[in-house]
Amino acid sequence: MKTNDTILQTVTKVLVFVILAFSIFIFFAGHNNPGGGFIGGLITAAAIVLLMLAFDMKTVKKIIPFDYKKIIAVGLIFAVGTGVGSFFFDAPFLTHAHDYFDLWFLGKTHLATALLFDIGVYLVVVAVTLTIIQTIGEDE
Amino acid sequence: MNNLVVLPLLIPLITGIILILFNKNVTIQKWISGFSAVILVSVNFYLLNQVYHQGIQTLKLGGWQPPFGIILVADLLAILLVLTTSVVSIACLFFAFHSLDEDREKFYFYPFFQFLITGVSGAFLTGDIFNLFVFFEVMLISSYILIVLGGSKVQLRESVKYILVNIVSSVLFVTAVAYLYAVTGTLNMADLSVRIAEVDQGPLLTVIAIFFLIVFGLKGALFPLFFWLPGSYAAPPAVVSAIFGALLTKVGIYSVFRTFSTIFYHHPEVTHQLMVVLGAITMLLGVIGAVSHWDVKKIIVYNVITAVGFIIFGIGSLSTTSYAGAIYYLLHDMTIKAALFLLIGALIAVAGTSNLKQMSGVIKYHPVLGWMFFTAALALVGVPPLSGFIGKFLLIKGGIESGHYWVVAVMLITSLLVLYSIMKIFLHGFYGKIETPKLTRTPVGLLYPCAFLLAISIGLGLGAEYVYPYVLEAAESLMDPAIYIDAVLKE
Repeated sequence: MKTNDTILQTVTKVLVFVILAFSIFIFFAGHNNPGGGFIGGLITAAAIVLLMLAFDMKTVKKIIPFDYKKIIAVGLIFAVGTGVGSFFFDAPFLTHAHDYFDLWFLGKTHLATALLFDIGVYLVVVAVTLTIIQTIGEDE
Repeated sequence: MNNLVVLPLLIPLITGIILILFNKNVTIQKWISGFSAVILVSVNFYLLNQVYHQGIQTLKLGGWQPPFGIILVADLLAILLVLTTSVVSIACLFFAFHSLDEDREKFYFYPFFQFLITGVSGAFLTGDIFNLFVFFEVMLISSYILIVLGGSKVQLRESVKYILVNIVSSVLFVTAVAYLYAVTGTLNMADLSVRIAEVDQGPLLTVIAIFFLIVFGLKGALFPLFFWLPGSYAAPPAVVSAIFGALLTKVGIYSVFRTFSTIFYHHPEVTHQLMVVLGAITMLLGVIGAVSHWDVKKIIVYNVITAVGFIIFGIGSLSTTSYAGAIYYLLHDMTIKAALFLLIGALIAVAGTSNLKQMSGVIKYHPVLGWMFFTAALALVGVPPLSGFIGKFLLIKGGIESGHYWVVAVMLITSLLVLYSIMKIFLHGFYGKIETPKLTRTPVGLLYPCAFLLAISIGLGLGAEYVYPYVLEAAESLMDPAIYIDAVLKE
């Protein structure tokens, strides 16, 4: 008998965007409120896992056509790169800088290089989680 | 501030990351990792001379002042070990180029190799006890993967044991750090030393000290905590055994060195006496294992345990001479163990078996391999012109000075048995009639890394005049923790 996933798939299509938006919110909140790269990355991964549950591995691979292992490397490059960046300013490794900028769409914004480091953490967490789930899921 | 201090761990880390991107192209992987290994050795060499001439180099990560931020400290002991690590790793890397099958190479062998070096160098350089834990984990997680990579039955079984033991010891490590933090309220090693000196190490701190000895004993294979080592070190391919035997247990020993010379040195009659006794039992039991086995890999693996016993005894004796001896022996042991594991790997590749009873007469076809093994065996035991001699001589001298006559006796007997166990391989494997059914040609590439390590080992013996000043100064600064504390906490 062929099962019918219409309800699950329809709900997923709506929910995934809510979850992704929430993960991005949590990611940016990390500097002043609970949140950050690690939990943000896990929530993003959760959204993609929901996609995998509602559809199947092949469809999700078509939607997100990345090799997650390469994304781990990219995330690590972000994290290490922010550390190495301080070399060029004659500062100790991993020194971070921050300042206030006037962005035209957000107004006065506090930007810190710690955010770049966090993007690295975020990418690594998403990619590691999905690598684990995908590898186990495709294993036969 | 000296940003060079971070390079010994940054270079392998970046290399490892880049290698992930090229996992399908083995040629590019080999070129990149070979190139970075050469750079690493030269940077470390430069750093060693800088530390020797200008004193301890430190780097406050992120520019935060020491007790609050993490600090990397390159003192002579750390930088000597980092340099030896990079030298050993370059030899193992070139051995891997010639001995590994393509499946392993494509499945991220080289990235994890680099991450292992990152963890080891980081553990040597850090000045923060929790950061030490983190680098332990970087090193261990890479080692979990290297031990299981390939997925043969033996590897799977032994890696389960290895991972279980190491997870338990890591949990103990975190617990020990938690106790120490609850008592002292700091994690920086120099600051810990100051605070413990202020309150005069009470019974509670002695208990924590022994807790740390248990943790590092588990990592470094000290009696009665070495039960996991023989099986798991014999399972993976020769290159991996070589890195493990040369680097992993030595990180445990280095941590004992660091914590018991810088932090817990106030009640040597408890902690250091315990180390002397455990060291003596470790060397004896290790060599008994080596003598009793007929598997070439097992014989070398048990010799790793014996060396741990020697060095821990040196730390326990608590004098400048025995410290110098322990450091010298540590440097010698890292190179010679790697060389022996690689030579054994070549021998197994040639003979097609690791059982001594099934091979003989290998030297007739492979004289270079045979005589190189012979030299390495003599160096391991400590025959005078070679590197093992000076370390062992200093250890014995230090032992007699501090009145541990019976341990010195155990050490000499052990050395004799080590000679017996290693000559057993030479006499049964290399000598004798040619009965080995299958003798393949040695790929010459396998011999160059071994020759390189042997040359270093002979250099450590003949060039003692040049190496000894570095070792002596490292030992002297370990005997006086004030030097380390000043370098970290001043300004």
